[in-house]
Amino acid sequence: MTLAEILGSLFPDGHSVTVQDGLVAGSGPFAGGNLAIVGIDGDTPLGVDGALTLARSVLDTVRAGGRTPILVMVDSDSQRMSRRDELLGLNECLAHLAKALLLADRSGHPTIGLIYGHSAAGAFIATALATRILAALPGADPSVMDLPSVARVTKLPLDRLKEMAKSTPVFAPGLDNMVATGAVHVVLDPQKPLNGQIGNLIAELDSGDVRDRLGAERGGRPVARAIAEAVVDQARGG
Amino acid sequence: MAGDRAASTDPDALSWYEATARQRVVALADPGSFREVLPPTERRMSPHLPLFDLPRAFDDGIVVGRATLDGSPILIAAQEGRFMGGAFGEVHGAKLVGLLRAALELKPKAVLILFDTGGVRLQEANAGETAIAETMRAIVDVRAAGIPVVGLIGGRAGCYGGGGLIAGTCSRLAVSEGGRISVSGPEVIETNKGAEEFDSRDRALVWRTMGGKHRRLTGGADAFCADTVSAFRHAALDLIDQAPSFDLETLEAEQARLESRIARFGDCRDATDLWRRLGVNDPETVPAMDTDAFAATVARIREADHDAR
Repeated sequence: MTLAEILGSLFPDGHSVTVQDGLVAGSGPFAGGNLAIVGIDGDTPLGVDGALTLARSVLDTVRAGGRTPILVMVDSDSQRMSRRDELLGLNECLAHLAKALLLADRSGHPTIGLIYGHSAAGAFIATALATRILAALPGADPSVMDLPSVARVTKLPLDRLKEMAKSTPVFAPGLDNMVATGAVHVVLDPQKPLNGQIGNLIAELDSGDVRDRLGAERGGRPVARAIAEAVVDQARGG
Repeated sequence: MAGDRAASTDPDALSWYEATARQRVVALADPGSFREVLPPTERRMSPHLPLFDLPRAFDDGIVVGRATLDGSPILIAAQEGRFMGGAFGEVHGAKLVGLLRAALELKPKAVLILFDTGGVRLQEANAGETAIAETMRAIVDVRAAGIPVVGLIGGRAGCYGGGGLIAGTCSRLAVSEGGRISVSGPEVIETNKGAEEFDSRDRALVWRTMGGKHRRLTGGADAFCADTVSAFRHAALDLIDQAPSFDLETLEAEQARLESRIARFGDCRDATDLWRRLGVNDPETVPAMDTDAFAATVARIREADHDAR
């Protein structure tokens, strides 16, 4: 689905969401209140400027109070790779955006990510992965790194990596693999209205971080949950 | 045991950059106080690396446990940059996440994270990326519970990729000259954008753009240490007592701080231009300054010290 189609399905009575330089902001009427929208569209790389613009929107919603949920729409490139961005502290700006979303969630504003296109690496961590619950639409393409780049770094032939990717979700790009590791909680049905589906997600929010449990149940991250629990047990014990 | 040999090493003489993760932890904590959790004897190794015909480490490249620092209980994690560049794999990341979750229950004086990482381990990319997101959420939970999370950065792998984002989530950061903090590494930028954008072989450029001195001058880090374990220990003790709270006020202040940085320095091509505009008199001399001279320079820069993190 395109951003316009998604917004149409979320807000059949209209909305104030705009896109400027690939950055999405606005809101619309939702379930008797409002739903705040922030995001990044059009495979746009996320640099220092964009990260601060999005964080500003999120903090404005928190300061306004109430319990307005925040939907983070994601169709981005990776972080913007440039000398300027690193000189200006891209790590601080991306972390700041993630912290703003985590603060919002802690402050009673449920945060939901919706990935409908690409996203990768630092941009993915600072946006979609910083929400309480991450939903996806079919066709979404999250990744850490594309397979040709993985081949270059790992010095393994691309054909062999493609073969391994079929049975090993832990390293291969793509939506199914991110679902298996628990990073993506749920894939939505584009044939049904999105407002109801998003509303249900907000109504059924888990407390705490359930991603390692999902990863264990789905087999994409077989040991993470057990390891984290063992650390907690041993740290408590001895 | 290797740990006992490391404990006998003089923290004043032990180079942080050269030390292993386990040596750093043992020498940083109060003598004899470190108790490792999931130690190498338990052999909790990566289930994925054999697929790539790669050797595994019994601790998956991270040391976690309990210790005391100046008599107060702390939790501590140290990445081993010599094993796969300290990168986040499934087990590696889960050990850090577990330690942070334990902090919510044990309420230590602080959690210390000794970063030494190139970012996500590509052979386990999805697990590593997700673990980084879990770590950031857990750090926020720990900070919101009033427990400082302090990052120490001075290892050979630096603090790159998702490691840079985790560092940006901490309450406070200490760096040394050798500490580099960045999202995209020099080679990644060069591979994607060309050597005109970033020549990764130009080491001086790498240090100026991502190194500890640049981060300290711009307020990206809160303390600058000589390259010894004792210097990092002193910095950690100082920073634990000055941790900003995690709330809307802090993040509003960080928003203003970062917006101001981009407005003032967004057109700077090189770190040297930026340092001059910050008020450093002889910016060309910064890379060669010793720790004392650099401390005197930092003391004159308003942007270096703040609670907006």
